[in-house]
Amino acid sequence: MDDMMFLTFLATLMGAAWRLATPLIFASIGEVFSERAGVLNIGLEGTMLVGAFCGFATASATGSILIGLLAGILGGMAFGLLFALFTITIKADQIVVGAALNLLGMGLTAFLFRTYYVSTGKGIEIAQPVHIPFLSDLPFLGEAFFRQNLIVYSTILVTILAALVLYRTSFGLTLRAVGEHPKAVDVAGRNVAGYRYAAVLVGTGLAGLGGAFLTLGHSNQFVEGITSGRGFIALAVVVFARWSPTGAFFVSLLFGLFYALQLMLQAEASVVVPYQVLQALPYIMTIVTLIVVRGKGAAPSKLGQPYEMR
Amino acid sequence: MSNKPFLRIDNIRKRFGPIVASDGVSLEIEEGEIHSLLGENGAGKSVLMSMICGMVRPDEGEIVYRGEVVRFNSPREAIRQRIGMVHQHFMLVPNLTVAENYILGQGSALRVINDMDKVHARIRALSDRYALDVRPDAVVEDLSVGEQQRVEILKALFHGIDLLILDEPTAVLTPQETDRLLSLMGDLVKDGKTVVFISHKLDEVMRVSNRISVMRDGRVVHTVDVGETNARELARMMVGRDVRMELPRSPEPAGRIVLSVENLTCRAETGLPAVRGVSLDVRAGEIVGIAGVSGNGQTELSLALSGLLPVDSGRVVLNGKDITGLDPARINASSFSHIPEDRHKHGIVMSLSLSENAILQRYDQAPFAARGMLNGRAIGEHTRDLIKRFRVKSRDENQAIGSLSGGNQQKLVVARELARNPDFILVNQLARGIDIGAMEFVMEEMLKQRDNGRAVLLISTELEELFAICDRILVMFHGEILGELPPDRSRLDELGLLMAGKTEQPALAG
Ligand SMILES: Nc1ncnc2c1ncn2[C@@H]1O[C@H](COP(=O)(O)OP(=O)(O)OP(=O)(O)O)[C@@H](O)[C@H]1O
Ligand SMILES: [Mg+2]
Repeated sequence: MDDMMFLTFLATLMGAAWRLATPLIFASIGEVFSERAGVLNIGLEGTMLVGAFCGFATASATGSILIGLLAGILGGMAFGLLFALFTITIKADQIVVGAALNLLGMGLTAFLFRTYYVSTGKGIEIAQPVHIPFLSDLPFLGEAFFRQNLIVYSTILVTILAALVLYRTSFGLTLRAVGEHPKAVDVAGRNVAGYRYAAVLVGTGLAGLGGAFLTLGHSNQFVEGITSGRGFIALAVVVFARWSPTGAFFVSLLFGLFYALQLMLQAEASVVVPYQVLQALPYIMTIVTLIVVRGKGAAPSKLGQPYEMR
Repeated sequence: MSNKPFLRIDNIRKRFGPIVASDGVSLEIEEGEIHSLLGENGAGKSVLMSMICGMVRPDEGEIVYRGEVVRFNSPREAIRQRIGMVHQHFMLVPNLTVAENYILGQGSALRVINDMDKVHARIRALSDRYALDVRPDAVVEDLSVGEQQRVEILKALFHGIDLLILDEPTAVLTPQETDRLLSLMGDLVKDGKTVVFISHKLDEVMRVSNRISVMRDGRVVHTVDVGETNARELARMMVGRDVRMELPRSPEPAGRIVLSVENLTCRAETGLPAVRGVSLDVRAGEIVGIAGVSGNGQTELSLALSGLLPVDSGRVVLNGKDITGLDPARINASSFSHIPEDRHKHGIVMSLSLSENAILQRYDQAPFAARGMLNGRAIGEHTRDLIKRFRVKSRDENQAIGSLSGGNQQKLVVARELARNPDFILVNQLARGIDIGAMEFVMEEMLKQRDNGRAVLLISTELEELFAICDRILVMFHGEILGELPPDRSRLDELGLLMAGKTEQPALAG
C-alpha cells in the first residue's frame, strides 16, 4: 500500500467509524442516564431492535425518515415503560426483566417482520450524507469527517445536551443522587420512582433512536437481529466510559473504529486472516476492554437495587 | 412564653410489624430550649424523631406544632414548616459537592442550575456565622465524619429551620468536635431556634440541656429540668437500675506478649503516610488503650493490623507468628478478633439476617457447616444465644440486621467477636452508639476477656472508655505513639497535651 492509498484508507476508516459508532453513542448515552439513576437495563439489545423495526415500518409507511426516527424513539420508550413497570413499580429483578425484554424484542420484531415485510423485500429511502460546501470537499478531512448524514452529526448535539442535562440541571443532579443515595433524594422531597422512570425512558428512547439509525441511516432494510449485539456492547461502553456521556461518545467512537476496521480489512484482498476472526473483532475488544478497565470505582453504588421507602 | 407548647406529641403509636417502636408516647418541647432525649438502644428515640420530621408516619396520635395539628407526608413538608433533622445515618449524597447536596430537590425539577455562585456565597456566609468551616465545593465523600456532620447541620440551617433535631450527633465526633457542636447548639438557641438532642453521653446532656426526657420501651417515662437531676439519676431512669461508672478489675499482672507490632508504617487510602513507625506490645491479660484525636492514624493502624490495608514496612507478630500482610481471612483465622470502627463497612452486612451476620467469618466451620452445607439449627441456636447474652433488641434471629437500632447492631458485632474466643481482640470504638447500660455490660465483658488472659488493644477517642477499662494508655499523634500513661484521671491534662502533640513541658523549657 503506498502512502496515498493509505491516507484514503484511513479517511474512509474514520468516516465509517463514526457512522458505525452512532447507534452505540445513542444507546450508551441513554444507558448512562438509566444507570446513573441506579437502573441497570440489560434489555438494550431488545430495545434497539424494537427501535430499528418501528423506525423501518413507520418510514416505509409514511416515507418520512424523520417520522421513522420519532417512531423508533417512541417504540424504545414503550419498551422502556414495560421495563420500568416491572423493575421500579413491581420491583422485579432488573437483570431478569432485562433478559426477558431482549428475548421479547428479538422474537417480536422477527415475527412482525416476517409477517408483514419479508415477502416484499423492499428497501426504503435512507438519510443521505449532507454536502457541506468547502468542508466536504477537503482532501482527507472531507472524507473522514464531513460526508455524514444528519443523524450521525446529531450525535455531537446529543452528547453535549446529555452532559448539560446531567451536570447542569436540577433534573440531572437529582438523577445522579438517585443512583447513589436514593433515600437522601426521598428525604429532599423528590420522587425516587419518578426519577427512575424518567431515566429509563430517556435511556430507552435513545436506545430506540440508536436502533432506528440502523434501518434509516445505515442499511435500508430491516433484518432480523440487525443490532447484532450492539445493545450489549453499549453496556460495556458505559462501564469503559465511567458513566459519563462524553466518555460514552468517545468510547463508542473507539468501538466504531473496531467495526470499521473489521469491515474494511475483510474487503482488503491482501489480508489473509479468516473473515470470521475479523468479524469477531468488536466483541473481542469488548471483552478485552472490560478486563483492562475493571473495578467498579465510578459505578453508581445503588446500581441494580430497587428502592424501598420505609 | 405562652402556655401552649411549641411542639406537643400526643399519644403517638407506631409499629413495624410485630415490633412496637412507639407505644403511646407523649412529649412537649418548648420554644427556645435544648431538650435532650435519652434512652436505651431501641427505646424508640430515632423513630419518634423521624415521625416529627416527616420521615415516618405515625399509626395513631397527633403532633401539634405551634398550636396546629400537623401531618407531614414527607420530610420536605416538615422542612417547609421549618423543622429539620440530622439523622444518625447521614443523608448526604457522597458523589455530590456540599452545595449540590443542599440544592438537591429545591426549585423546579427542570431548572437549569446557574446560580451556583450565589449558593456558594450563602453557604460560606452561614458557615462563617456559626464557625462551621464548611467548604461549599468539597465533595462529600472526601470529608471526614466530623466534617460531614457539620455539613448536615449547615444543610438544615441552609433550608431555614426553627426546630433542629440532632440524632446522636456526637457518637462519631472527637471530644474537640463535640465541644464545638455543643457550643454551636448554644448559638442556635441564642438565635431563637429550638434544639432536640439525642445522645448516650450523660455528661454532654447535662452540659447543654435545659430539659431532659427519658424514653423506655417506646414511651417517655420522665421529663426533668437539668437543674433537678444528675448523671447517676438519669442513668437509673434509663435502665431502671443503678449503673456503675467504675468497674472493678482484678490486679492480675499481664502475661506473655500476644501481639507485637514493630515499626509499622502504612499509608492511608489517599496515599499519604498515616502510620509512621508504630511499635507496641499487648500482653495476655491486659487492655492497652490508644487515645488520640481521630484522624491521627488510628483508623489506618487498625485496618493494617487486621489486613484491610497494605503494610509498607514493619512487622505484626501474633502468638509468635508473623501475620504482616496476610489477607483478612487468614488473620481472622489466627485467633484475631476485630470490632471495627465503621461497622457498616467492615462489621456487618446490613441486608443479611442476624444469624448470617453472626457467622460471617465462620460460616464454613463446624458446627455451622458440615460437608459444605449450612447447619441452620446450630446457627440459629448460636445466634439466639448471642442475642440473649448481649440483650440485642430484635424480633428474632432472622430479622435483617439493618432494621435494628444502631446500638443493637453494635452489640451483635461485639457479641460475635467475643464468641470466637480469640487470643487477641482489636477494638476501634467499643461503645459507638450503645447506651450506658449496654456500655457497662460490654465493658464488663471486655474486662472478663482480660481476666481470662486475652490481650486487648482498644483504640478510642472516648477518654472515659479508656480510663474505665485500660491498664495503660498510649497516645497516638500524627501516626506515631507519642507516649504512655497509666489510666489515671488526675493526669488528664498531660494526656490532653500529648493528644495535641506536645511532648515537652514548655514551662520547664523556660
Ligand atoms: N424500619 C424498621 N423496621 C423494623 N423495625 C424498626 C424499623 N425502624 C426501627 N425499628 C425498631 O423500632 C425500635 C426503636 O428503634 P429506634 O431506632 O427508634 O431506637 P433508638 O432509641 O433510636 O435506639 P439507638 O439508641 O440504638 O439508636 C427498635 O426495636 C427497632 O428495631
Ligand atoms: Mg437511634
